[in-house]
Amino acid sequence: MNAVTDLQQRALAEISASADLRQLDELRVRYLGKKGEVTALLKSLGAMEPEQRKSFGQSVNAVRDELNEAIGARRSALEELALERQLLAGKIDVTLPGRGERRGGLHPVTMAMERAIAIFTKLGFDVATGPEVESDHYNFEALNFPPHHPARAMHDTFYFGDGRLLRTHTSPVQIRVMERGQPPFRIIAPGKVYRSDSDQTHTPMFHQVEGLLVGKGVSMADLKGVLHTFVNAFFERSLAMRFRPSYFPFTEPSAEVDIGWDKGDGSEPGWLEILGCGMVHPNVLRACNVDPETYTGYAFGMGVERLALLRYGVTDLRQFFENDLEFLQQFH
Amino acid sequence: MQFNVDWLKQWVAIDLAPAELAQRLTAAGLEVDDLRGVAADFTDVVVAEIEACEPHPDADKLSVCTVSDGGGERLQIVCGAPNARAGLRVPLARVGARLGPDFQIKRAKLRGVESFGMLCSARELGLSEDHSGLMELPADAPVGANLRDYLGLDDAIIEVDLTPNRGDCLSIRGLARDVAASCRAEYTRREIPPVPAVIEDGFPIRLDSPEDCPRYVGRVIRGIDPAARTPLWMVETLRRCGLRSISPVVDVTNYVLLELGQPMHAFDLDTLRDEIVVRRGRAGEKLRLLDESEVDLDEDVLAICDGRGPVAIAGVMGGLDSGVGDATTAILFESAWFRPATIMGKARAYGLQTDASHRFERGVDPAGQEAAVERATALLIDIAGGQAGPLLVAEDREHVPHNRPVTLRHARLEAVLGFRIPPPDVEDILARLGMAVERGDGQWLVTAPSSRFDIEIEEDLIEEVARIHGYDAIPEAPVSGELAVGSVSGHRVAPGRLRQELCAAGYQEAVNYSFIDRRLLAAVHQDVRVLPLANPLSADLDVMRTTLLPGLLSALGRNLRRQQGRVRLFETGKVFLQDAELSEIERVAAVATGEALPEQWGVPARPLDFFDVKGDVERLLSLRGAEQAPVFEPATLAWLHPGAAAVIKLQDRAIGWCGAVHPAVLKELDIRKAVFGFELDLEPVLKRDVPFAKEISRFPSIRRDLALLLPNDVSYDQVRQASAAAAGPLLEKVVVFDVYQGGNLKEGYKSLAIGLIFNDVSSTLRDEDVDPLIEAVVSELGQRLGAQLRG
Repeated sequence: MNAVTDLQQRALAEISASADLRQLDELRVRYLGKKGEVTALLKSLGAMEPEQRKSFGQSVNAVRDELNEAIGARRSALEELALERQLLAGKIDVTLPGRGERRGGLHPVTMAMERAIAIFTKLGFDVATGPEVESDHYNFEALNFPPHHPARAMHDTFYFGDGRLLRTHTSPVQIRVMERGQPPFRIIAPGKVYRSDSDQTHTPMFHQVEGLLVGKGVSMADLKGVLHTFVNAFFERSLAMRFRPSYFPFTEPSAEVDIGWDKGDGSEPGWLEILGCGMVHPNVLRACNVDPETYTGYAFGMGVERLALLRYGVTDLRQFFENDLEFLQQFH
Repeated sequence: MQFNVDWLKQWVAIDLAPAELAQRLTAAGLEVDDLRGVAADFTDVVVAEIEACEPHPDADKLSVCTVSDGGGERLQIVCGAPNARAGLRVPLARVGARLGPDFQIKRAKLRGVESFGMLCSARELGLSEDHSGLMELPADAPVGANLRDYLGLDDAIIEVDLTPNRGDCLSIRGLARDVAASCRAEYTRREIPPVPAVIEDGFPIRLDSPEDCPRYVGRVIRGIDPAARTPLWMVETLRRCGLRSISPVVDVTNYVLLELGQPMHAFDLDTLRDEIVVRRGRAGEKLRLLDESEVDLDEDVLAICDGRGPVAIAGVMGGLDSGVGDATTAILFESAWFRPATIMGKARAYGLQTDASHRFERGVDPAGQEAAVERATALLIDIAGGQAGPLLVAEDREHVPHNRPVTLRHARLEAVLGFRIPPPDVEDILARLGMAVERGDGQWLVTAPSSRFDIEIEEDLIEEVARIHGYDAIPEAPVSGELAVGSVSGHRVAPGRLRQELCAAGYQEAVNYSFIDRRLLAAVHQDVRVLPLANPLSADLDVMRTTLLPGLLSALGRNLRRQQGRVRLFETGKVFLQDAELSEIERVAAVATGEALPEQWGVPARPLDFFDVKGDVERLLSLRGAEQAPVFEPATLAWLHPGAAAVIKLQDRAIGWCGAVHPAVLKELDIRKAVFGFELDLEPVLKRDVPFAKEISRFPSIRRDLALLLPNDVSYDQVRQASAAAAGPLLEKVVVFDVYQGGNLKEGYKSLAIGLIFNDVSSTLRDEDVDPLIEAVVSELGQRLGAQLRG
């Protein structure tokens, strides 16, 4: 009887002292395996007296069950311990920076341009384009600028010496669109334009978004409405806007548009000019075979750099074309 | 146009503060560029007389003046001006006077001599830049008078930036008319009485080109006092309008130009021969102008001639020899109307922009010539004496323009503006603008005054009515219109998507000018067919770019010099290829230098190489869909490293290049790091197929790896193509997992390890299916490319 108890005590002690699953498995084999000590005791039953066999058998079976249970419990405990260790070993410093490429970014002029295009597209305008090397006809004549007219002096033009020139505005696209199709027209024409001028507030290349809407019953009130809608949408706030009478050969009446702009530096909000516009001049419509008695329309043109300066708080226009990474990386 | 408000007020009854007036002008379309006082904001400066002037006992350059300021006492004032002298009347800032926010005159002791006030230069009073000495006042200036009152200095100067259609506002009278209309103020009609002739002298005038000049009014004036001086009030008025006083005759013509808008010229009568003829110039004729430059005339130029030849370029500038001088006593005034189209561009062509040409190009009132001569005659005789001859008028009525009535329809006005202005208001506006209005059925017949020669069509009137009524009154209509679906093409990648892809790959977008230094194009060997500008802004912006590369390389170089170690830039934009025809081609290009990845932990640092950039190109091109894979063919391109240059083809069409920039090019641009880049035509890159689903396999695939020993000059593309041909349709994909050269490999050979992945959509592949295919591949690679399996 003592032998069984001894075995039980010893086995239980060893099981609870086992350090890992391998050791535990060895113990299982040693005690409960085919050649294990408990198995040996059970095998010895055959040589016993029936009475003795019964009580001895019961106690050995009890020990076997108890050991089985202890091994199972120990296994669970060891497995949990192992997982805990594994997790502990897998602890990392999550504050270290992530790996891989860093994102670049869009140019602020592109951002402003895409923004303007997105808004006008939502307002139902299609995007049209035209060449940057233009003829005098499309850049001036068809837009009602007679040769040598003083209005041309407002456009310092780059020439190629053979009649061609770099377009000074995106307005030629108006003509190209109207020549190609039939009214109604509802387009914007974004793109690069060029003027021979370079100082703190002028660069020889800049970007414009032109707009043209021609249809029946289009009025200056429509023009005012669409521009105020655009301006508020672009800057995502409700801005004061004013129309000032102005002059462009290809629109009449013509206007320059100012917005009330708060610089946010405590100074008085002032009027800032952001675009020119007007009702398409009947001469321009006629030149494109559109009957000005049946159709009226409006046109506008805005400088994208100006929009970008205001939207993104850039103070020096020339920074846009220096391509300094320190400057560019602020935009994304 | 620069003018002073006091002068304007002589012509229109306004009682507005200058700032308010400026606002009204801008709101009426006469944009105010600048508004400033005519003098600094000083106080307590009076007219004083220097009664005595003695040298300072202790200072060479100072003098001690005894000054009377009209009070009983004499003031002792120390003064450093070189023109201080007894008898001179000058401005005196008394003790206590303020000349600026922080500048108050105090009693002072200069080198031991007490001084009670300061005698002032014009600059000290903000009157001009002149600081050469004391401001000299006329001998009759009332001693003791407040200088502000005496010179009328509580006046303001306004500069308006007039649009080219508003030539009518290039005068005080024109501005006054417009202000009267826009401010609902009374226009002061100032009569200009004719000056009766007291001598009979005339001068023959002939109009040989009446379509260019249908009216020419002249007048002879004799007996002018050459010693006469322009009075202070006129000098001051001219100064406030931005003109310098020159001589009484010239000042009078300038004054009339400013006041009435009619440019005038005065010839020295004694230099003129026979007659005045207005005709086109002739080739070979030359003329020395008042600014002493000599110009060549031709058929395009209208000339004023006398019996010998040209004496002036009409509407631009007079000749030097016939101009008035210090000794002139007899003159011929010229006041003409020239057709704007004749004058346009001439001043610019000669590089002479004058006040006269500025006005004639924009148009001048065709009925205003006589009044200008009368006004000038009266002013001149007042200042310098003389006897006037009769008014000389040469005119060809047929060619004198006059305004025709223009119809303005009620309905059209409302349709164009989008709201209704009550007809009585419209009539009132037109009347205030000096227009004659005749009512009709639903319309008006409007005739503009001769000064508003710009009114030709209905829209001109609509603009006038809207302008004077106020643009603020135009309502804002809500955005409306038929809904239409713009095209949403699935066959085109949005350019914005492409830019985003490059941003994701770590590139920063750059924008360069489209014109570039020809030498930069030469540096990348792309200067062959350039389109040069005829008038470049500078030599480094002289030709249109034929590639985006040099602009990007320059920007990259600049950034490297600003201590950026890793630079990745891209740009989209046009290049300009001049062949028989010009092609403007939209491109996308990028350059990169530095490490393959930003500096980081846990990834070994490695310099960027060709395949990093090629990967970027491949990802970009994958926006098109997977159908036609781009092909990278080895190529020789002058700006690229000969061993690391590829032409990129889509279906045999070259769409761009990718490679390492040639070290010689980098050296030229002073870039000392390897640079990789690519440039692609945008259009083919943006074209894409709408994805169309294929059957996918539900069966497992089998992969076989091969380690091959290959001659160095066999390309991976050859291996891939040969494998595909030999393996047939079950080969799904080929991957490369190792490339190795050198070490213990045979000289001239490289090792290439590839994985072949097989799959079938209809059954599970077995080894026996794949084994013969692998054998075929190995044999094909061996026979065609000399490949051996590595043991």
